[in-house]
Amino acid sequence: MSNGKYKWIGTRVDRPDGADKVTGRARFGADFNLPGQLMGRVLRSPHAHAIIKSIDTSAAEKLPGVKAVMTAKDLPDQPNLIVPTGEMQVNMRDITRNILAREKALFEGHPVAAVAAVTDAIAKQAIDLIKVDYEVLPHVIDVTEAMKPDAPVLHDHLMTEGVKPPPTKASNIAKRMDNAKGDIEAGWKQAEVTIEREYTTQAVHQGYIEPHAALASAAEDGQLQIWSTTQGHFQVRGFCSRLLGVEVSQIRVTPTEIGGGFGGKTVVYLEPIAARLSQKSGKPVKMVMTREEVFRASGPAPGGTVKVKLGAKKDGTIVAAECEIALQAGAFPGSPLGPACWTSFACYDIPNIKVVGFDVVSNRAKVAAYRAPGAPISAWGVESTLDILAQELGMDPIELRLKNAAKKGTKTSYGPTFDTIGFVETLEAIKNSAHYKTKPKPGYARGVAAGFWFNVGADSSAAAHVAEDGTVTVISGNPDIGGSRASLALMAAEELGVDYSKVRPIIADTSSIGFNFVTGGSRVTFATGLAVVNSVRDMIRELKVRAAKTWGVDPEAVIWEDGMAKPAGSNVGEFEPLSLAQLAASAGKTGGPINGHAQLNAQGAGPGFGVHVVDLKVDHDTGCVHIDRYTAAQDVGTAIHPSYVEGQIQGGAVQGIGWALNEEYIYNAKGRLDNAGFLDYRMPVASDLPMIDALVVEVPNPHHPYGVRGVGEVPIVPPLAAVGNAVSRSMNIRMTDLPLSPPRLSAAIDAATPKIAAE
Amino acid sequence: MSKMHITTTINGEPTEFLCDPSQSLLDVLRDNLGLTGSKEGCGSGDCGACSITLDDRLVCSCLVLAPEAEGKKIETVEGLAQGEHLHPLQKKFVEFAALQCGICTPGFLVASKALLAKNPNPTETEVRFGLAGNLCRCTGYDKIIRAVMEVAAEMRGAAR
Repeated sequence: MSNGKYKWIGTRVDRPDGADKVTGRARFGADFNLPGQLMGRVLRSPHAHAIIKSIDTSAAEKLPGVKAVMTAKDLPDQPNLIVPTGEMQVNMRDITRNILAREKALFEGHPVAAVAAVTDAIAKQAIDLIKVDYEVLPHVIDVTEAMKPDAPVLHDHLMTEGVKPPPTKASNIAKRMDNAKGDIEAGWKQAEVTIEREYTTQAVHQGYIEPHAALASAAEDGQLQIWSTTQGHFQVRGFCSRLLGVEVSQIRVTPTEIGGGFGGKTVVYLEPIAARLSQKSGKPVKMVMTREEVFRASGPAPGGTVKVKLGAKKDGTIVAAECEIALQAGAFPGSPLGPACWTSFACYDIPNIKVVGFDVVSNRAKVAAYRAPGAPISAWGVESTLDILAQELGMDPIELRLKNAAKKGTKTSYGPTFDTIGFVETLEAIKNSAHYKTKPKPGYARGVAAGFWFNVGADSSAAAHVAEDGTVTVISGNPDIGGSRASLALMAAEELGVDYSKVRPIIADTSSIGFNFVTGGSRVTFATGLAVVNSVRDMIRELKVRAAKTWGVDPEAVIWEDGMAKPAGSNVGEFEPLSLAQLAASAGKTGGPINGHAQLNAQGAGPGFGVHVVDLKVDHDTGCVHIDRYTAAQDVGTAIHPSYVEGQIQGGAVQGIGWALNEEYIYNAKGRLDNAGFLDYRMPVASDLPMIDALVVEVPNPHHPYGVRGVGEVPIVPPLAAVGNAVSRSMNIRMTDLPLSPPRLSAAIDAATPKIAAE
Repeated sequence: MSKMHITTTINGEPTEFLCDPSQSLLDVLRDNLGLTGSKEGCGSGDCGACSITLDDRLVCSCLVLAPEAEGKKIETVEGLAQGEHLHPLQKKFVEFAALQCGICTPGFLVASKALLAKNPNPTETEVRFGLAGNLCRCTGYDKIIRAVMEVAAEMRGAAR
């Protein structure tokens, strides 16, 4: 890959944390302990919607071994203030209520109180002794139901944003969003073929295998240390500062190794509670969620409804496109509605577009980001409708997409005009793939779909230090969730011209490096990578100064090449090149330690596009889907570490397959989640799948020195519709509701099969 | 309730511990003995992150009561490497990028070793079904399956 342009970039080196992670030595969230620590537990609401009339903690407090009990009263209330978190926005007033319910419990599993005790068993016992007087209210789970005028209203203050005139009555519709391009009515007039359909998806969980865990230690002087499994320890620090009223510099958050997040660990649940319990008890407090708590009370991705209307000429040119999206926000406003709307038609150059979105609250756990948040839901609707259009026109689905593909210069409906992008190249990679050129096996059907994600830049800091023997430490501040240490070290080695093994990447705590935005949005290899490259460049600048000093020449007369300082030309003088090791050895005489630093707000994240193709068969007796072959192509800019790039594509595709086929939150009539465990919430296992062929397309991002684009988000966008299109073509029935689980497919097959008279 | 005194062998070392009768073996390994390589992903035997072998039988240690380990031989991820040498599976998982976040990796390694002990020449389908008790949310399993197949081939080659 990368055509031999680079020495290290594009190689498949062993990751720096590999040995730790295959031996059990790596320490994840629940692996941290402190002497004298207490164990914390949360009491959660059994009701989907209820007024909390009173909480009596006296019996719990009296239980021997209980050292602290807390309710929302132990946290200051927060203002109505929106702050960014990960790929989503949160309101401080809401987040403190999400962490501990105040006036009302808004979903089953909503935290109501918490205890810290000398053992986990005592903490569990104490939880049962807390008496909560609830007044149970009517609840609403479904988005469509929640939008009806007579639906139970969750928040009396919630007036729909984005409508004119502003409403005077509270409702569950938190926000309406509009974006448009061209003249939609004129577009419909040009259309020779019009397709309109409505789709639904269910809430799905990110499904990280490691439950949330936090350990907090508060000192009597106000200092607070937290160890947390998080995608953003700087966000943990920021939230805890606001939620607890502690100055930011008093809080030090160390990220543990993180056992998956996919967006779900960009918010805080346990950290402020553990911290407050630690303050109250004067002891370290450790808290770990059970899997059931993870399902019930940590953010799933929303379900929702998507209405799509496409108008095209008979040659396949799309002239008008309309989409209406309603997403579950959970108990508090803030679904990934913006990205869902903006990504909906981003793959295509369509002159007339209208997109409307609604952010809707209901009695569910507050949603959190999940890999390309929002995008898979709108893509499910849009890419399914495109498939219907392709069938209607008798066109190959790749050709239809190629005909309408966005290119450099295409203006999106949400504003920006694309710079260099690789959607056409990605479509062609699939078109020319061995998979696409081979017919599906007899009995199997093929589905195709595309997907888009913006990718993200934002704030990063990095430092590079030369050790006395000339080896290098590169320090950054983003938890390594899937091999980013390796990609950062590769870029540093490339920039510096030294062996990869000479570069040691370190992830620093909040007090040991400048601010870094979360690991998410597919930004780390791009933005933190840029910070690392810049910190190495800063270090090289200093190395050149030291060489110049050694030679008695101007720093401008020194160049850095192949890990050595060299004279810029023969006119500078005859000097033997100075290696990093030599410059390090003489550093004491030339000005002391040699370090580099960088801080930036990275702009120019290159958008990514993916195209997936799947061959599958539906068992007409059981409704089970068998996937025979799956190929995913994606424009990744430059594959810094191809194995981890492929891994992102493969993992994202499989999460999307799970979303398409089996995963869903199932609520009962009482508004309680019926499948809060891995047995009943069915994620894909190895035997469900074939190999996932990842086709890495490289169209470098012009806004990064090594052409990096984010990789992680895009691959979850196409699979829902790719699988759905194949299932629909296989059954000859258009499926519009996810998941395409055996009961749903069986019912659809039965409904379409003429009843055989009983003999 | 008084504690129970249990005598076992863990990764070749004779080991005694005291536990509550209701404590899971996973909790004892992690909390009492400091062997935190085995992970708790679900506590219900569905994810396999706590996979260990008990007298060479692959089990979810979250579903085993600690007193059941009496007189038995336990192998955990911490026992895979020998001195400074990684087990071939450990080496191949790193080489093939068969882990991303790494939380499921200890369970996959223990389960893969148990699988290859039973079936040194598995087909891809046999590996997929053999590891179907272990959840990985990051990799899509592709590189894990390839790593295990490759190690199986190497170990067969070495055994010839």
